[in-house]
Amino acid sequence: MLSYIGLRILQALLGLWFIATLVFILSRSIGDPAEIFTARHGHVHAREMMEERLGLDKPLYHQYGIYVGQLLRGDLGKSVRNGIPITKILMERLPATFTLGLFALGFAIAFSIPLGVLGAVYRDSPIDWFAKVMAFLGQAMPPFWLGIMLIILFAVVWDIVPPAGKTGWTSYILPGFTLGWGVMAGMVRLVRSSMLDVLDSDYVTMARAKGVGEIVVVSKHALRNALIPVITYSGLVLGAFMNGSVVVEQVFAWPGIGTVAVQSVVSRDFPIVQGVVIVFGAFFIFINLFVDILYAVIDPRIKYTGQ
Amino acid sequence: MTEMSTTKDRPILLDVKDLKTYFFQRRGVLKAVDGVNFTVRAGESVGLVGESGSGKSMTCLSIMRLVPKPAARIVEGQILFNGQDLLSIDESDMREYRGSKIAMVMQDPQTSMNPVFTVGNQVEEPIKLHLKERGAQAMQRVLDALRAVRIPSPEDRVKQYPHQFSGGMRQRVVAAMGLATSPELLVADEPTTSLDVTIQAQFLGLIRDIQKEHGTSVIWVTHDLGIVAQMCDRVNVMYAGRIVESAEVQKIYKDPQHPYTKALLDSVPVMGARRPRLYQIDGQPPDLRSIPTGCSFWPRCPAAMDICKTEYPPATHLGGDDFVHCWLAEK
Repeated sequence: MLSYIGLRILQALLGLWFIATLVFILSRSIGDPAEIFTARHGHVHAREMMEERLGLDKPLYHQYGIYVGQLLRGDLGKSVRNGIPITKILMERLPATFTLGLFALGFAIAFSIPLGVLGAVYRDSPIDWFAKVMAFLGQAMPPFWLGIMLIILFAVVWDIVPPAGKTGWTSYILPGFTLGWGVMAGMVRLVRSSMLDVLDSDYVTMARAKGVGEIVVVSKHALRNALIPVITYSGLVLGAFMNGSVVVEQVFAWPGIGTVAVQSVVSRDFPIVQGVVIVFGAFFIFINLFVDILYAVIDPRIKYTGQ
Repeated sequence: MTEMSTTKDRPILLDVKDLKTYFFQRRGVLKAVDGVNFTVRAGESVGLVGESGSGKSMTCLSIMRLVPKPAARIVEGQILFNGQDLLSIDESDMREYRGSKIAMVMQDPQTSMNPVFTVGNQVEEPIKLHLKERGAQAMQRVLDALRAVRIPSPEDRVKQYPHQFSGGMRQRVVAAMGLATSPELLVADEPTTSLDVTIQAQFLGLIRDIQKEHGTSVIWVTHDLGIVAQMCDRVNVMYAGRIVESAEVQKIYKDPQHPYTKALLDSVPVMGARRPRLYQIDGQPPDLRSIPTGCSFWPRCPAAMDICKTEYPPATHLGGDDFVHCWLAEK
C-alpha cells in the first residue's frame, strides 16, 4: 500500500514538472509580451525596459532556470498590469472556486447515488422513470441558461436567496445547484448502469443464495463495486469544475479563479494566465492522486497492479 | 455400489413437480424450463445432464428462487422441500432456506466471490445469518469450514481477498461458504467446468467426502458424463427444458431408454475402445422460443415415428424413481 502511494506521488510530481515545462514553452512561443505591451503604449525604450523587467533579455535556458526556481519557492510572478503577486491573487480566489466546486459535487453525489441505485433496483418503475427524466433534463439544460432561470425564479420573483456574489452560505445554493445539475444527471446514468451490471453479476446471485437480504445485497455487495466508476468520474468532474466554473462564476459574479482567468485573458495579463494554468494542472494531478489512493482503499485488487 | 443401492429407499428431500420457468422477451416467450419433474432423496447425488441451453442452470436457479428478474419468471409447478412448497412461501421465509438448508455453488469461481470483501467476511455471512453466531465464535466456524474444504493455514487466508486465491482454491472457498451451515441440499451448477482436470478431481473428491460425512444431498449440473459416473446415484437427462429420462446411474450406462440418452453416451470417447469416429448427434438443439410440437427431440431422432411429431410422450415409469418420456418405451 505504501509503495503504491509512493509511486503515485512520484508520478504526480513528474506530471507537475511536465505541466510547468509545457507552460514555459508555450508562453515563450505565443509571442513576445514586451512587444505586445509596448506596441500599445508606444514608448521607444519601453520595450527594452519591459524585457529587462520580465527577464526576457536573458537566454532561454537561463529563463527556464529562473522560472523553475521561482516555482519551487511558490512564486508565480507578478501581474503585468498592476504588479500584484500572482500567488496572492490566486490564493484570494481559490477558496471561493474550490468550495463552490465541492458544494456542487456534494450536491451531485447526494442526489445521483440514491436515484441511480433506486432506478437500477426498481428498473422500469416510476422511480426509474423519474431518474431518467432528471438525467435527461440535466443534460439538456446548459448552465448559463439554467443559472439565469434560477436567478429569475428564486432570487427575483421569490427573493429567498441572493442573486449573485458570495455573501454567506445561502449564496452557494444557486451557483452550486447550477454547476452540479448537469453532473448529477451524468452521474445518475453512471450509477444506474454500473449498478445494473453489478446486480447481474455472479457474486450478487451468490450473496442472495447465501440468504443475504435484498437491502444488504444492494448496499453492501453491489454498491461498493458499482461506486468504482463513480469515483473516477467524481475526480474528473472536480478537476473540470475548476475550469468549467468559468461560465457559472460569470453568471453569478462569483469571486473565483474562473473570473480571474477570463479577465486576465481579455487584458492579456500573461503571467496570471500562466499561473492559472499551472494551478489548474496541479489541481488536476492532485485530484487524480487522491482518486488513485481512494481506489486502492475501495478495491483491494488495485494495490498489487501498481507494483 | 452398496451405497448406491441404499439411496432409493431413503425419504424424499426435494420433489420438483411440473416446474415451468419462462423468459418473457420482446421476441417471444422462451421456455427455458418447461415441465420438469424429478426427485432428490436424502443423501442422494443427482446429476442433471444435457447440452448448453437445455435448462439445467435455470432449473437450479428456480429451486433457489433466484431466476433473473424481471425477464424470467417461474410460471407453474411445485418445489417441495421436506414437503414444504418453496414456491408458495414469502420471500423472507425463502431467505431462511437459502444458504442454510439449500446452498449453491456456481460455475465460475472467478466471478462468484465479491472482489472487494475478504474471504473471511464472505464465508462468515451465512454463519451470521443462519446460525446467529457472532465474533470469535463465528470466526471459529469460518476457520472450521475452510479447514473442511482443505484450505491450508485458514487463519491467514481469512484476511485475504478472492484475487489472492487460485481458481481451485476459490471454488473450495465457495463450497465452504455453502457448507458452513450444514445444508441438506447442495446445488452445484457445473462447479468444475472452469477448473483444470487435476484440480477438478480434487474438488470432486472433496465434495464426495463431505457428502459421505454429513449425508448432504447434491444436485450436480454438468455436461460431463464422466463426472456423472463418478459422483451420481441418479441421472436426469434434460433436453429442451424437460427431463426426458431419469434413471439410476448404473442402469443408464448399461441400458439407456431414450434415443437422446443413447446418442449422448455414444458421443463420449471410451478408453481403449476402437471406434473409427465418435458418434455425433445430427442437427441442432431446438430454439426454445419455438419448440417443435410433439416430442422436442424428433427432428434429430433416428427412431422418430409419426406420433412423435404430434404428441409429447407421457412418462413411462420403469420401476423405482426411473422414468422415460419416449413413444418407443410406451409400446
